[in-house]
Amino acid sequence: MTGPNHHHDHDHSELSETELRVRALETILTEKGYVDPAALDLLIETYETKVGPRNGARVVARAWADPAYRARLLKDATPAIAELGYAGRQGEHIVALENTPRLHNMVVCTLCSCYPWPVLGLPPVWYKSAPYRSKAVKDPRGVLRDFGFELPESTKIRVWDSTAEIRYLVLPVCPPGTDGWSEERLADLVTRDSMIGTGLPKEPDEIA
Amino acid sequence: MDGAHDMGGVKWSGPVVPEPDEPVFHAEWERRAFAITMAMGMPGGWNIDMSRFAREDRPPEDYLSKSYYQIWLAGLERLMLERSLIASDEIEAGKPLHPAKQVAKTLTPKDVASMLHRGRPTERDAVAPARFGAGDRVRAKIIHPPTHTRLPRYVRGHTGIVERVLGCHVFPDSSATGAGENPQWLYTVTFDGAELWGEASDRNLTVSVDAFEPYLEAA
Repeated sequence: MTGPNHHHDHDHSELSETELRVRALETILTEKGYVDPAALDLLIETYETKVGPRNGARVVARAWADPAYRARLLKDATPAIAELGYAGRQGEHIVALENTPRLHNMVVCTLCSCYPWPVLGLPPVWYKSAPYRSKAVKDPRGVLRDFGFELPESTKIRVWDSTAEIRYLVLPVCPPGTDGWSEERLADLVTRDSMIGTGLPKEPDEIA
Repeated sequence: MDGAHDMGGVKWSGPVVPEPDEPVFHAEWERRAFAITMAMGMPGGWNIDMSRFAREDRPPEDYLSKSYYQIWLAGLERLMLERSLIASDEIEAGKPLHPAKQVAKTLTPKDVASMLHRGRPTERDAVAPARFGAGDRVRAKIIHPPTHTRLPRYVRGHTGIVERVLGCHVFPDSSATGAGENPQWLYTVTFDGAELWGEASDRNLTVSVDAFEPYLEAA
């Protein structure tokens, strides 16, 4: 796991060796009756088309639009998120972290790749990479610079290392100029990275 | 286990490099490696902590030279070999050479949605009162178990404040070795940046970890 460029660093022979090994393994497991290829297809389809950061964006948009929902989300996120139908694997126990103009939250898993799947889908390569896992807990402002933005020195940064089975979702600050927007429109402002804490939501004029 | 997976605070060259419009998977083999790993949990019968240990417990040069799903694959092969679900000559040959082992259940397409939606909650009934409460000062113990643990090295020996009591959860250190769930109280413990990283630390930084009660002592 040498970082985000890893996939491109390997020569093709090594990649195809892995490819052949996975193909052979699937054959062995299928012929032995341990796995059903149709179930494998469904697992892949679920995480490629159904479970992804759009789910989390809907949660955030509702919290922006509905103060009572926001209060429920911050008090006990797991049932609040389940109200929208999102629950289960790698999101059994979720805590929502509220950003304010003076406080910025950032989520990492230094030990592996823990990530709230039901609301964000599977983690991106950079989240699982050594540079992020090593740097986020020590120099989070440096990480934010890697993502192209800077927070004021006076903004407090809280980093949350997901070392157990609690999963974290950042509730970003709602951009100004969105009064009266529908939840669906608000959700268009919510980026995946803003829910991890390595980015900010889009500004209204970015999605005009 | 003090492995290469425990990366918090380690000096690493190069920036974090986000990939614009990143796909969920970068190759067909990653799709299949992900799916067979997810599906084998049912017939395999191992738990998440056993899976994590099988991925992490390898020489640093091996862990660091593999991509993410190559590590998943290596972990899966190890779990299956340990339980004689497959044999190494079958992996080499690329085809089954021995009779299948009887397994309790396999994952069918109609089970997929319910399995994912159910998840695997780790909270359990408390077996004893919580030793710590919100606001208590605690020190992360200096431990170096040769087996699985979820207390990262960078907090060991450091003092923080209990921020949240998260309930009683399956204890990974026991669960990974097959010693049972042994539920323990889990706490969010918050450390000042300077406590972890010294005088040079960002003055406006705190770092929180979720730590099981056996990892902590009163400070």
